[in-house]
Amino acid sequence: MIGLLPDRLYRDRRIAWAAFGVLAVLLIALPFLVEAGLGRTWVRILDFAMLYVMLALGLNIVVGFAGLLDLGYVAFYAVGAYFYAILASPQFGLHLPFWVLLPMGAGIACLFGVLLGAPTLRLRGDYLAIVTLGFGEIIRIFLNNLNAPVNVTNGPQGINMIDPVRLGGHALTRPIELFGVQISGPHAHYYLFLGLTLLVIFAAIRLQHSRIGRAWAAIREDEVAAEAMGIHTRNVKLLAFAMGATFGGLGGGLFAAFQGFVSPESFTLMESIMILCMVVLGGMGHIPGVILGAVLLTMLPEALRYVGPLQQELIGRVAVDPADLRMLLFGVALVLVMLFRPQGLWPSPVRARELHPDNPDQVRQEQESLYDAER
Amino acid sequence: MDVLLQQLINGLILGSLYALVALGYTMVYGILELINFAHGEIVMVGAMVSVSVLVALTAAGVPVALALPLALAAAVVVCVVTGVLVERVAYRPLRNAPRLAPLITAIGVSIVLQNLAMIFWGRQYLSFPPVIEVQVYAVLGATVSNIQILILVVAALTMGGLLLLVNRTRLGRAMRATAQNREVAGLMGVDVNRVIAATFIVGSALAAVAGLLIASYYGIAHYNMGFILGLKAFSAAVLGGIGNIPGALLGGLLLGVIESLGAGYIGDLTGGFLGSHYQDIFAFLILILVLTFRPSGLLGERVADRA
Amino acid sequence: MTPSAERDGGGEPLLAARAVTKRFGGLTALSEVSLTVQVGEIVGLIGPNGAGKTTLFNCFTGLYHPSAGTVHLEGRPLAGLKPHAVAALGLARTFQNIRLFANMSVLENVMVGRHVRTRAGVLGAVLRGPRTRAEERSIRERSLDLLDRVGLGGRADQLARHLPYGDQRRLEIARALATEPKLLALDEPAAGMNHTETAALKGLLETIRERGVTLLLIEHDVRLMMDLCDRVAVLDYGRKIADGPPEQVQRDPAVIEAYLGAGAA
Repeated sequence: MIGLLPDRLYRDRRIAWAAFGVLAVLLIALPFLVEAGLGRTWVRILDFAMLYVMLALGLNIVVGFAGLLDLGYVAFYAVGAYFYAILASPQFGLHLPFWVLLPMGAGIACLFGVLLGAPTLRLRGDYLAIVTLGFGEIIRIFLNNLNAPVNVTNGPQGINMIDPVRLGGHALTRPIELFGVQISGPHAHYYLFLGLTLLVIFAAIRLQHSRIGRAWAAIREDEVAAEAMGIHTRNVKLLAFAMGATFGGLGGGLFAAFQGFVSPESFTLMESIMILCMVVLGGMGHIPGVILGAVLLTMLPEALRYVGPLQQELIGRVAVDPADLRMLLFGVALVLVMLFRPQGLWPSPVRARELHPDNPDQVRQEQESLYDAER
Repeated sequence: MDVLLQQLINGLILGSLYALVALGYTMVYGILELINFAHGEIVMVGAMVSVSVLVALTAAGVPVALALPLALAAAVVVCVVTGVLVERVAYRPLRNAPRLAPLITAIGVSIVLQNLAMIFWGRQYLSFPPVIEVQVYAVLGATVSNIQILILVVAALTMGGLLLLVNRTRLGRAMRATAQNREVAGLMGVDVNRVIAATFIVGSALAAVAGLLIASYYGIAHYNMGFILGLKAFSAAVLGGIGNIPGALLGGLLLGVIESLGAGYIGDLTGGFLGSHYQDIFAFLILILVLTFRPSGLLGERVADRA
Repeated sequence: MTPSAERDGGGEPLLAARAVTKRFGGLTALSEVSLTVQVGEIVGLIGPNGAGKTTLFNCFTGLYHPSAGTVHLEGRPLAGLKPHAVAALGLARTFQNIRLFANMSVLENVMVGRHVRTRAGVLGAVLRGPRTRAEERSIRERSLDLLDRVGLGGRADQLARHLPYGDQRRLEIARALATEPKLLALDEPAAGMNHTETAALKGLLETIRERGVTLLLIEHDVRLMMDLCDRVAVLDYGRKIADGPPEQVQRDPAVIEAYLGAGAA
């Protein structure tokens, strides 16, 4: 784990180990602290936060590392979720094991990423955004309608009673007693998700500081120069897309097993935009920032539930439904962040400069690098 | 009854509505190279305002001949104000930022407009009041209603007006110059900021007209009608050649016809595997295919000239 | 063997362009330009602004595809190859209007240049086994070494955008060298440099040649070109009007005409 630290921390390994020790204890104790302080629902919210961290880190590879705007990311999430739901539920009476289906679902999502990316990745930035958005919608339309003539997705009703995650014969949804401690379903999922999230973080960090990660950054900075330096830009962009899709598919499988239920409702464009917000709000390309963004944006809507009682207290009635307010606030936050803090809440020191609008040079270069559209 | 002809008529009417909305996308793109994501929401605002005003006026006993123009005027005013505000707040500060930034603020603005509308008007559908008595005419085995004819006429007049504005007036010339090359136009004495504002004004006014017509076409208005509509209209603009005004007209009409025919025949084409509820897929398929294989669209110049 | 090699006599040329024509719509930017570069040579390309020098570079490096004519590198046709493939074959370039990866560090810029000669993929990156680690180490070492060679050894951790102009030009050279080119094409490497910097650049380019890299450069600094180049080709209005040893080209009436004509107009 030491290898993940910035260079200056190499110097004092003891401090590093101590910091890791504290962090580890904190992460292990977190669900119990949260349950004691805020209640069992918040442990579930914590689980979702972990899930969104994985998704946001996946999208961050595409948007933050490689600089490609993907507005249809939720499609890959949907593919992963439905793949698991269809093969591990009463829908077809199939109950294939979770640990086989999870990687397969991620693989299928990866395949979808390649299929979508191959023809479209030569498009300039905003066109790519629109095409991915269209793709996301197409997937959703199919999920909604593939209940006839053969009932594959069960249409708008979605698929119910999906098999839970099993660890050595034990269904993770059931409470279990370990070392004298009662571990509930949400708690158990927290540890599972935490483990996988750490793996995803690990992979993302290693990717960023690798030959491939440098190639992504080069493409983001100046595609023409990257190509001239021998980077097969189309393939390398496709790789980013495929990696992002894989993480999306992984998240989808976990979501289906955790929730026990999937329907097209969970995979709307808004969901894509939400994940994009996490990346942008946190700090594109900066892994700690993206994690922060995902956790914040998962918690925020839940916290906004308290806006109802708050209104009651302040003005004597609930003037605006908190659920309505929540998306409004998202929209406002998106605009404000782009206007006043385009680099996000916790940007990487480098990206901060790059996304700042007062930089005509950058814009010029970006526009010049669009020569691909000629072909 | 002639099914093909009927689908064609329906498609043309639907297409003229798409074209009206597509014009707004194409005009802004032509000048700013920005996908004004919020445009669909402006159409929604136009629909909601015109329907509410119409309901209020007819309830107050104002005659239809007066209530309709008033509703339209109200929609135009609200849409124009919204459009100009959006440009000032969300786009203008980012004019020199990387492309990603205004695209994201545009998405943000869409979400804001949609949710404001939901809070203001509620989640339920607003129905278009039955102010015009529907009459149906038979044409060569197909039918067409007086409302459909009215939609077609208003859409055609509006588009004709726009073409005159763009091709025959000083403002239009300034718009075309700015679309060609913003910097040069600025050097030649064109006030680029004013032209851009004017573009948003005209586009939003078109959106208001489209909003009213669409509400009357479907008989309802709803706070989240704008997004899919906007996407489809954008697809239409891309199909015709984004930035190209005749292209938006052609693309809109074509998309309407394709959707209408597609929805009618998709069942037969796929042996019953896919039904008419896949209608929405055509716009996105067209979008992806056009952008992938001919990004300049049907009438567009080579994109490279712009890039 | 390409036909032009026989004509030039001295073995197979490294680069052979034959009758390259490039049209943009109605405009002919290059008209039947032929040029050969022998292994180990330093060839200069000069001409008034807008003569088509950079366009020719773009045709060599796959950024443009010639409307007519052929380009061969070591006898291999470059027709239809994308820039990355051209770079892989051993032709690297710099850009007239410097195109560094502005927000990456100086070292990372050069490390990107190693991409085309290294292999590690996604799996290698995540697992970081011994082979990947060795590769990363060699990428870093070679890149640092290249930075030392161009005189940027002390600036490895700075952002490329923070370098002074002359250093940015040298960083572009280091980045291009990292791709292990056989032919290095430099587009106005001395532009914006002062006299001392230009002199240092001349020294640098000579060492690069000594290490076995052939050079083709566009430059306006006539003095530098005369001192450095074995051969100079002159473009004017998209046509090649002269090609030969510097002193001969300098006396060529057509060249004098082109430059004076351009100056008078």
